[in-house]
Amino acid sequence: MPDLKLNVNGTLRPVRAGEGEPLLWVLRNKLGLTGTKYGCGEGQCGACTVLLDGRPTRSCLTPAAAAADARITTIEGLEHNGQLTPVQEAFLEEGAFQCGYCTSGMVLAATALLHEKPHPSEDEIVEAMDGNMCRCGTYPRIVAAVRRASSHSEEKKEAAYARR
Amino acid sequence: MRVDKLTLEAELHEVRDRIRIFDLDRREFLRLCAGGLLVTMSSSAAGPLAQESGRGFGGHPLPQEVSAWIHIDADGRVTVYTGKVEIGQNIRTSLAQQVAEELRAPFTSIAMVMGDTDLVPWDAGTFGSRSTPTMGPQLRTMAMNAREMLLEAAAERWKADPATLVAADGRVRNPATSESLGYGEITRGEKLTRTLGGDPVLASATVWKIAGTPEPKVNGRQFVTGTHTYPSDVVRPGMLFGKVVRPQGYHATLVSADTSAAEKMPGVQVLRDGDFIGVVADDFWSAEQAVLKINAQWKVPPQISNAELFAELKKGAGDNGLSEIAAALQNAEIRLEETYTVAYIAHAPLEPRAAVAEWTDGKLTVWTGTQRPFGVKDDLAKAFRLAPGQVRVLMPDMGSGYGGKHTGECAVEAARLAKAAGKPVKLIWTRAEEFTWAYFRPAGVMEIHAGAQKDGTLVAWEHHNYNSGPSGVGTPYKVANPVTRYHEWQDAPLAQGSYRGLAATANHFARETAMDELAHALSMDPLEFRLKNLDDPRLKAVFVTAGEKFGWGKEKSTATRGFGIAGGTEKGGYTAACAEVEIDADKKIHVRRIVQAWESGAVVNPDGLRNQVMGAMVQALGGALFEQIEFANGNVTNGHFAEYRVPRFKDTPQIEVILLDRKDLQSAGAGETGIVAVAPAVGNAIFAATGERLRSMPMARERS
Repeated sequence: MPDLKLNVNGTLRPVRAGEGEPLLWVLRNKLGLTGTKYGCGEGQCGACTVLLDGRPTRSCLTPAAAAADARITTIEGLEHNGQLTPVQEAFLEEGAFQCGYCTSGMVLAATALLHEKPHPSEDEIVEAMDGNMCRCGTYPRIVAAVRRASSHSEEKKEAAYARR
Repeated sequence: MRVDKLTLEAELHEVRDRIRIFDLDRREFLRLCAGGLLVTMSSSAAGPLAQESGRGFGGHPLPQEVSAWIHIDADGRVTVYTGKVEIGQNIRTSLAQQVAEELRAPFTSIAMVMGDTDLVPWDAGTFGSRSTPTMGPQLRTMAMNAREMLLEAAAERWKADPATLVAADGRVRNPATSESLGYGEITRGEKLTRTLGGDPVLASATVWKIAGTPEPKVNGRQFVTGTHTYPSDVVRPGMLFGKVVRPQGYHATLVSADTSAAEKMPGVQVLRDGDFIGVVADDFWSAEQAVLKINAQWKVPPQISNAELFAELKKGAGDNGLSEIAAALQNAEIRLEETYTVAYIAHAPLEPRAAVAEWTDGKLTVWTGTQRPFGVKDDLAKAFRLAPGQVRVLMPDMGSGYGGKHTGECAVEAARLAKAAGKPVKLIWTRAEEFTWAYFRPAGVMEIHAGAQKDGTLVAWEHHNYNSGPSGVGTPYKVANPVTRYHEWQDAPLAQGSYRGLAATANHFARETAMDELAHALSMDPLEFRLKNLDDPRLKAVFVTAGEKFGWGKEKSTATRGFGIAGGTEKGGYTAACAEVEIDADKKIHVRRIVQAWESGAVVNPDGLRNQVMGAMVQALGGALFEQIEFANGNVTNGHFAEYRVPRFKDTPQIEVILLDRKDLQSAGAGETGIVAVAPAVGNAIFAATGERLRSMPMARERS
């Protein structure tokens, strides 16, 4: 088993991974980061989405070794000192979940989208999020949450600009 | 473990359920929480639960039959113990709201202990839209009595008349003296217990302050931070990971198995027990690799495929003798005789079946995702010949079920592996296992014979359902001597069981499509035709509301844009939906907009209810348009999300949910019936645009 050092949520984590072992299993079963979910293991549902250098990535199809040089962000890495990100806040404010099992992947996919494109149109949101599945059917609220987070981010940037 | 035949209808589960008496663990528990105030409720005396269980008092002395209990500790913390479970439907929040309401305690002081079979009273399970109409009133009654007991205890201490005291915000105040005591202070050092019977007497929803409000989900923050522990996230000390070798088809028998390569892998153990082959390993990846190295050969008996399905299902009919309403049909000016079908579909909850099993001193503890913790406990006790007190099932709020997680096969497998390994074992089914070895919403054939007069009066109605189930088969429309019948078929080709709404989806699809066909044959407006034949004011109200909000009748359907309507009632919920579809240049169907009116009595949490009804509508689109299990020779041939299409963002139309809040009526459940109107509304809209009548779900497949 190769020894790896994974940069997860800003911390270097030494870990042993099997040959070809997906990042998903390493995160969940070896690093105790169970916020990243298994939904299909085939890259179809997005429940296992993490960010590699900010890009949304299916951790179920990514060998852990392939992520060794990347900055890995999981759902657990978003909150800082009790402060949620605008996307997390927006999901809470819109009540954009039912069972919540897809939420980690949704929040990370939305985070990556808004980083890339701070003001996506409704069609762009739908296009970017379409690979993430919510079997409870909460899609309209998730779209609303991404829109809300988009305007939140803007408010926060403006506030930060005003303080300078 | 394969469950070949599941009970089709939740109601049957309930009839079969038996009322349990306390075992020692619960008596011990009651003793332990003796400090403080404890209110329990006799399930046999409670009207709603007596109905749910289908049994009366049963001759057991109180307090042996208890459906739930509420405890208030010395710090004023309120703990509610119930066997209902949270699977995304928001019941953890909405039940706590009702307790807070009647107890006059802050919402945040309420904690819910749910689905832990050692701590909560026996419960049939979370299905059939029963939690709100049964558990809600029971908890409210208990909370109301707890409040009365607190007022009485405070009155005794202050030598005051309890009627002059006020309970609010978790405190009892004496307005005359300005004295006040927190609930915890009142109970400190004392043991106050009361067991209730009789019918609940409850405050009207018109005066609700906490119930009836859009309280956010209690554990929302855990979802957005990834810290909620789902069943598949449970970790135990020394835990191993399990995998099971699956047969090559249904009803297969093992011919041979070479497990030597897997056994040579470090840290891997192989367990064989008859046709059951499983592995455990230190880590999940090794377990997966080990299973791939096992070469097992199976003999799979010949089995039918999709192509033969509907003929097969009708074998349950025998000599049906259609039509039983021949005379009434003969006299009808307009006649309809049509057949409708629905395919097998999968629940596909995003969290597949998962269980962690642990044996300690002969006692088995299993954390697993299920809608029936006590049912799974029974499964485990039976499988391992254990006394009820030797099995504990815990159900962390799970990644949903939609009726698909009633059974305990994964829990039994995990327990089997853990017993052999001598260590705790986690087993999570793969998506492919979930698609193949779980159970399905039954496929069905519906035949409708109906007649109407040219003035739009319905005069003959006969509706037969083959295999999919009796839910929603009865018609809400006025018609003399209707015949509605469910024909069970015991040898259905796939394992089938409950699915959100049960057969109400299939039966509403058939009936509401047939009603649309009759309306068109009569050249009547489909909404007008329905209203003409309806007496039920609640059903009329949702039809009228949906039509108004949608703008029904304002615009005529064209070849590229169609409008359809459908509705119905089941399990105390009333719904009607209007759909708008667009047919593009490639003749593809796009559902653009659905407006659905919903009424289920007094609304407990409008935000949660709106979310749940909207979710049901999105889920409904899958079965309506493209979901279908394909199978041949004892195998599912499209058991992957790449091949089995479920609704995604792009499939989701503009959705409006209109809630009718009937504060004068008891709250009914809302988890299921929101799913029934979408498919026929969409089908009727497609017809309005294209003139093409689609009578098989999924409709987009039939059409292509």
